[in-house]
Amino acid sequence: MDFISKMFGKEPASKDIAKERLKLILIHDRSDMSPQFLESIKNDIIKVISDYAEVDRDGIEVKYEDDMGSPALVASIPLKNTKKTSRR
Amino acid sequence: MGIGIVITSGKGGVGKTTTTANLGTGLALLGKKVVVLDADTGLRNLDLHLGLENRIVYNLVDVIEGTCKLKQALIKDKRLDNLYLLPTAQIKDKTCVTQEQMQELVESLKNDFDFVLIDCPAGIEGGFENAVAGADMALIVTTPEVSAVRDADRIIGKLESKGIDDHRLIVNRINYDMTKKGEMLNIDDMTDILAIKLIGIVPEDEKIVVSTNRGEPAILDENSKAGQAFKNISRRILGEEVPYMELNDDNEGFLNKLKKIFFKN
Repeated sequence: MDFISKMFGKEPASKDIAKERLKLILIHDRSDMSPQFLESIKNDIIKVISDYAEVDRDGIEVKYEDDMGSPALVASIPLKNTKKTSRR
Repeated sequence: MGIGIVITSGKGGVGKTTTTANLGTGLALLGKKVVVLDADTGLRNLDLHLGLENRIVYNLVDVIEGTCKLKQALIKDKRLDNLYLLPTAQIKDKTCVTQEQMQELVESLKNDFDFVLIDCPAGIEGGFENAVAGADMALIVTTPEVSAVRDADRIIGKLESKGIDDHRLIVNRINYDMTKKGEMLNIDDMTDILAIKLIGIVPEDEKIVVSTNRGEPAILDENSKAGQAFKNISRRILGEEVPYMELNDDNEGFLNKLKKIFFKN
């Protein structure tokens, strides 16, 4: 069964899972960005944006990425769809 | 002037001491004058791998504390005249040696030996700092597991921050069958992730257990695949170009063997 599901590509090889996980872990290990540091950036972003729009606090995500040696902070900040004041 | 090589990994249990014992023996077999130094004070094991545990009188800590001369603490190998062991203390801890003292010790060994192989303890604390203090180059041992590779990466970072840029990777306990099925990280995966040059691939080999039981490094066993891999690494350390051995030879399944018989011509 294992073999068949692999043949049809339903399940990725476990070594590919291992490799992906390692890549992600090492991005964090190699940077000096602690989870606390990212958390405080996140809170400051929420503070700033909340003046203009309502932020979905649970959905916000701040990540450190390093794509081929060019490090970047990537933030995804979903907004709540309730304020439609700007249309008026 | 000899070369100081530290064998390190970060994670414990990946085969640092096995590697040190085998490469020490391997370089000695190639005619070099070698000393293997156990830097794992408090948890010494290198003596067991070489079968020299009953010959220890003095150790590294005694030398540093001035209880004995360096020559008195060196133990000659049972089999090879040009291989020596400098054991460490078992009942002391790593804080009784400083980085400066270790560096001085390795420097003075380098005057008398072609190679000083330093068996580093697991971890990134004081014991690691001491072990790398006198090293000119590093061999990083890892196994094809996420935790070992992660720790290897951390160690590479540490070594680079100390200016030890001459470092090479040894992948230990690779299981060819599992890599073929995609169930184990392969060599390319690991060199890709760690961005470091390879110096050896050591296959998983039950003979390692047997050789450790006996206190005879596997490199002395002509039939051991891991031993053959360690021989190749020893030659690469001396600058020889040695092709990586085929790992699939006797891992062939029954079906493949049958196929070969029937479809040979």
